[in-house]
Amino acid sequence: MPRAKPLNHTRILFTSRSVNEAFARAALAAFLVQLDPTVPQLADIKTAVSEAVTNCIVHAYPGTLGPIQMDISLFEGDVVRIVIRDNGVGIADIPKAMEPLFTTGDPEERAGLGFAVMQSFMDTVRVASRPGHGTRVTLVRRLDRRA
Amino acid sequence: MARVHFVPAAGTLTAYLTGEIDHHAAQVLRREIDAQIDTRLPELLTLDLAGVTFMDSSGVGLILGRSRRIGALGGQLTVQGAPTNVRRMLDLAHITYV
Repeated sequence: MPRAKPLNHTRILFTSRSVNEAFARAALAAFLVQLDPTVPQLADIKTAVSEAVTNCIVHAYPGTLGPIQMDISLFEGDVVRIVIRDNGVGIADIPKAMEPLFTTGDPEERAGLGFAVMQSFMDTVRVASRPGHGTRVTLVRRLDRRA
Repeated sequence: MARVHFVPAAGTLTAYLTGEIDHHAAQVLRREIDAQIDTRLPELLTLDLAGVTFMDSSGVGLILGRSRRIGALGGQLTVQGAPTNVRRMLDLAHITYV
């Protein structure tokens, strides 16, 4: 987790409607253009963010709508940090929630792979949560310069 | 935004998926594919992902859910044509493809 001041930062607020999953990815891609990421790098980060945003929509605000805040920061050394916050139900048992194949959603339709995907596609994934208050997911990835 | 169009043949049904498959799109695709499964009862359902430009784990849930549904009806599901970035997601979920 970078401690230095970011070189650039943007904050995006949106409601937990599933149509906003695509909006969050588009906003992220627009921010990352300044880094000229490779296609696979951009795909990795978009996928991880899509998982985190979907978690907010499906799990944080079940059957209701609430705010989602996404902070994207760029640090020295081409390090990108994305923080996704919600004010939803929170997670009581974070290690359990992060287990592959575990889901509190519909097991017929949800794969339970959201956190596994984030961990696979990002360098660092951190989760902080207070039941009844919300969850904060921090994703960090260093982009390798093009050869 | 994702779309699906269907090409039925004798005992088989191929679903050509295009666009971005996330949780939002998966809900729509699920309804459209299940309606076709229930109407046509194919022995083999092929999901063609060649036109998919983005897929997160919601796409995995979509594939596994359709596989269970058609399996319960005595049929089979295969996945074909996945682009590189989609293959990464399929590999992570241990879904085999041709």
